[in-house]
Amino acid sequence: MTDDRRARLARIIGPVIVFGCFVGTWYLAHYVLMSENRRFLVPPPHDVVQEAFLTWSVDGGTATLATSAGGGLSDQLEALWLSAQVALLGLSIAIVIGIALATLMSQAKWVEQAIYPYLVALQAIPILAFVPLIGVLWGFEFRSRVLVCVIIALFPIVANTLFGLLSVDRSHRELMTLHGASRLRQLRTLQFPAAMPAIFTGLQISAGLAVIGAIVGDFFFRQGQPGIGQLIDRYRASLAYEQMYGSVILAAVLGIVVFWFFGWLGRRVVGAWYEPAAR
Amino acid sequence: MPTALQFTSVGLTFPDGTTALDNVDLDVGSGEFVTVVGPSGCGKSTLLRVAAGLEQPTKGSCSVDRTSLGFVFQDATLFPWRTVHQNVGLLAELHGLGDASARIGAAIDVVGLREHVDKYPRQLSGGMAMRTSLARSLVLEPDVFMFDEPFGALDELTRERLNDELVTLFVARRFATLFITHSIAEAVFLSTRVVVMSPRPGRIIAHHDVPFPYPRRHDLRYTAEFNELAAAVSNDLRAAQR
Repeated sequence: MTDDRRARLARIIGPVIVFGCFVGTWYLAHYVLMSENRRFLVPPPHDVVQEAFLTWSVDGGTATLATSAGGGLSDQLEALWLSAQVALLGLSIAIVIGIALATLMSQAKWVEQAIYPYLVALQAIPILAFVPLIGVLWGFEFRSRVLVCVIIALFPIVANTLFGLLSVDRSHRELMTLHGASRLRQLRTLQFPAAMPAIFTGLQISAGLAVIGAIVGDFFFRQGQPGIGQLIDRYRASLAYEQMYGSVILAAVLGIVVFWFFGWLGRRVVGAWYEPAAR
Repeated sequence: MPTALQFTSVGLTFPDGTTALDNVDLDVGSGEFVTVVGPSGCGKSTLLRVAAGLEQPTKGSCSVDRTSLGFVFQDATLFPWRTVHQNVGLLAELHGLGDASARIGAAIDVVGLREHVDKYPRQLSGGMAMRTSLARSLVLEPDVFMFDEPFGALDELTRERLNDELVTLFVARRFATLFITHSIAEAVFLSTRVVVMSPRPGRIIAHHDVPFPYPRRHDLRYTAEFNELAAAVSNDLRAAQR
């Protein structure tokens, strides 16, 4: 076996072992740790997969309590699609506003000083404090859920972009000045390319946060077309724990996919020239 | 010989009160290669930055035409996201030279990097990076060239080789040159004139004309005349530090 293949195998084998431990602990929780009358709170993995993903649609019309909330893959996917739309639109808006704000702040110290405290405040106030207010002021529809995402995803983009734009090498700056480059020229030719690795770091963090924002907003609004957050709450209320665990898994998968996508995109864009600090 | 670069009673005191330059008078004629040597921290780099317009003198004045100015920094200052070819093309872009691909290609050939045009800076050795930096300025076909200890970080062999190449280039183009270094051998080998600066506040305390004709061969460094002149420059430096 070549070293290359061995390295690749090692990369796969580690996560597989941890996944095995996770599933094992889950079974352990169900069969050993929980007392018999509480075991239904932690349904075993195979039941979750069977009920939430391998069943297309649970008939919500039957009178049994456990299925009154509906469920099955079709409901899960529909909710997931809605949450994904909310997260991606919120993230897109946060990217546009965030990069614009950071650019503005990079141009003058006083602009940075004027705006930064409020961004920190926006970041520091728990999103849960905003959510009910946004619902009351702006309704519980799609646009309010998007707004929650924007608020939660904005700060890392601004902070990282600003950091990237401002931490340009002094000698690079002087080279540009020496040859008469305007501010716009400096931004376009020097600062933005130099800031790309930092911008992608911010994007990756914000992407994860946007997914959380989409779910949290939806979870607390409890109104309108259900996203994955509402499903989680509804399945919990109707004791449909298999479905609930399914929703949690899908929410996690959405977050992972988005996080992974921006990591991949970042490597595509700056990978040719950028070397992260070696370990 | 027309003057390309002129310092007139230049003084520079920084806002914190340190005086970096004190009453410096220096002319560089076109076709002249003037090298400034001095102990570290003597203000020789500041002198160069004044010439380039990166610092403003607090006394006196510096006159130079900066429309096509070549400037090579201490490090190569390449943009890591640009390939060698794109880095060499940077100044052409900034000066709006339009389609400069012929000039860029020629500059890359001069420094011998034709096979490396698509590499990124992280893939280059120190010497190759410096060559790229040199080529970047060559694209402007400068009349005035300034160097701020450009080869200080390179190993001895690479440094000598780049010195040889720079002499060849100077013979071909005859740009007016102001070169900063702390290597006496490098100064004597390259220049038409070597200028010695005192420790801070920097003043010019000696001029040495270098009589060796161009093109200068690599083994000039081992001749008695060369070492005699180097010793004279070295003595001036030592005397200044006492």
